[in-house]
Amino acid sequence: MSIRIDDVVGVHGRALELRMQRSEILAANLANEDTPGFLARDIDFAGEMQRLDPQQRFAASSAELKYRVPTQPSQDGNSVELSVEQAAFSKNAMDFQTSLTFLSMKFRGLKQAIEGR
Amino acid sequence: MAFDSIYRIAGSSMNAQTVRLNTVASNLANADSAAAKAEDVYQARKPVFAAVYNNDQLTRGVGMGGAHVQVLDVVTAGREPVRRFDPDNPLADDQGYVFYADIDQIEEMTDMMSATRSFETSVEVLNRLKSMQQGLLKLGES
Repeated sequence: MSIRIDDVVGVHGRALELRMQRSEILAANLANEDTPGFLARDIDFAGEMQRLDPQQRFAASSAELKYRVPTQPSQDGNSVELSVEQAAFSKNAMDFQTSLTFLSMKFRGLKQAIEGR
Repeated sequence: MAFDSIYRIAGSSMNAQTVRLNTVASNLANADSAAAKAEDVYQARKPVFAAVYNNDQLTRGVGMGGAHVQVLDVVTAGREPVRRFDPDNPLADDQGYVFYADIDQIEEMTDMMSATRSFETSVEVLNRLKSMQQGLLKLGES
């Protein structure tokens, strides 16, 4: 029986990729906090993960962008809310670390299996 | 990698906020500059920000959705100068009036706070990004 690296990595590869994309979009939202008329955008992470084809671990198409609905719309048309975006960015960074930890554990398990300890 | 585009986005934001802080400092410093004529009065300066979308989907496939900030221009606010009676001022005209820029100091201070907050947000983004990248580099170690 051979070890398939794809099976080991599982969905975590795609999750990391999405987290990365999401952090770029959230960084863009934060950067344009004071730009008039800028509309905050985001990725529906759960939706994107469900769209994932089980055979194909890395989706060919990039994630679909959606617009954020602001809780308190501002006069200048900017829909970035600093607190919301900061919280989302922090959470996304933490989730990125979580995915990394999962991957690390998988690799450690593989190593142990290979070395027979 | 998407990392470099995030670095660029955060960098552009820091750059834009620095320009904004610069105008605030200039406006506050010149709040009490007098002038003999209405045309010579210092005009408050304001930066104009615009979002630039990174449209490199065609070339790279990743790094979509980002938008960095560009300072389009720094415009003068175009407010009417304030005429004030001050006969002792060496710049006063024959009726004893001098002109001052109409600068709202409270507005400038709040603008400064907002710019500082945004700058700090970008610094925080960079710090987070650094730890994300370091975590990725350590993947597979022990």
